[in-house]
Amino acid sequence: MTLATQVDRIIDARGMPCPGPLMALIGAIREGEVGDAITVLSTDQGSKTDIPAWVRKAGHELVEVAPEDGYARFVVKKAR
Amino acid sequence: MPARVAVLGGGVGGTLAANLLAKGLGRDVKVTVVDPTGMHVYQPGFLYVALGQANGRWLARDERTLLRKDVDLAVERAIRIHPDAGTVQLERGGSLEWDYLVIATGARLVYDTVPGLAQGAYEFYSLEGAQRLREALRTFRGGRIRVGIAGIPYKCPPAPVEFVLMLDGYLRKRGARKRSEITLLSPLNRAFTIESASKLVQPIMERRGIGLETFFNVESVDPSAGVVESLEGEKAEYDLLVLVPPHRGQRVVDQSSLGDPGGWLPTDKRTLQLEGHERIFAMGDATNLPISKSGSTAHFEAPVVASRIASLVHGTAPKTNYGGRVMCFLETGDGRATALRFDYEHPPIPPRPSRAWHAAKWVFNRLYWETVPQGRIPERASKGRGEA
Repeated sequence: MTLATQVDRIIDARGMPCPGPLMALIGAIREGEVGDAITVLSTDQGSKTDIPAWVRKAGHELVEVAPEDGYARFVVKKAR
Repeated sequence: MPARVAVLGGGVGGTLAANLLAKGLGRDVKVTVVDPTGMHVYQPGFLYVALGQANGRWLARDERTLLRKDVDLAVERAIRIHPDAGTVQLERGGSLEWDYLVIATGARLVYDTVPGLAQGAYEFYSLEGAQRLREALRTFRGGRIRVGIAGIPYKCPPAPVEFVLMLDGYLRKRGARKRSEITLLSPLNRAFTIESASKLVQPIMERRGIGLETFFNVESVDPSAGVVESLEGEKAEYDLLVLVPPHRGQRVVDQSSLGDPGGWLPTDKRTLQLEGHERIFAMGDATNLPISKSGSTAHFEAPVVASRIASLVHGTAPKTNYGGRVMCFLETGDGRATALRFDYEHPPIPPRPSRAWHAAKWVFNRLYWETVPQGRIPERASKGRGEA
């Protein structure tokens, strides 16, 4: 696995049902600094739509969405 | 010598677990419930208090009257748990020794984590808050009412949806609906956590002219300007603001360094044991489990905890696991309700809202005191029936 961005925090939300992974991301964005890159690992199918939709609405940057073996990896940069 | 079980918290879960343990184990056990108030509060009633449909007297009873005679009650605040020593330190200086511990301490409301919330918003997650909101609504003549959620997780996820649907009827009855705007500010991209139930209630909200603002995670309140702001950078003006206050685990969990960053106890979702501790069980709102924080969850967890402790006391194989079962009603307003029955594997398929489900909820509200804490609703009967 190669990362395009240096990651400041990894949230392993695999096994967490919806909306757990999104809520964990929101919590990390609240706590983080502008410019931080946060990685979320999620097995929840809902995350594929929920996380990009929230990131767009909240004005952050979705740096990467990558399918992995049995889960998806999202990298989000706190933009404001 | 009987096994000593300490149960922290005299809510739904703690009370029922204590009674089931004493009943099931008889002389083999000595159960002590530790509760800081000694009062048992039926929290689902707050919603009805806020909307003037119930008074506060109905909602609280002396915990002693709900416990079997062979269960001791210590009206004390537990301040620290020592898992290795097998003790709980109490606020007034005493200490309680235990062989098995049940942590059913619930959640607490932390108003001060959102700037302006305590000054600018009403709530119905405490009796005092519900009574204040009832008075504010009684004199409300019209304007913009915003209802939002100031932190996840929170107790009873459908409650804000129930509130807006019932508020619509309340304002219509008082002739103030046409002069009012009701909006639900949801932290998610739907009305609340459970997708199937959101799909059911969103069209009802739309028909009643109730607005839904999605992805609105409350960040701060400016009471002087009458504005609530979201983490997503949006602002909503209000004349009356109702927010679910942020929740955290209890102080005793933090002070014992047993919780996660939110103060919730890392709990095995099936055995309900505190992770890494064979003799400590956690239940109800206090856990980190990915399931609704509600009295119903605690109601279905309590028999599992009691049974597992009984197996440990007798040195036999455990008989039960918790499958994530929850059953609750969802009021849709105008005297109708639906029911949500689900577990870890099966999301709810809510039936069409009806007067019968609303009546069932009221029957349950009335029968609660004589049935749930004592374990008088047998497993089988409660399968199709409900709770708040």
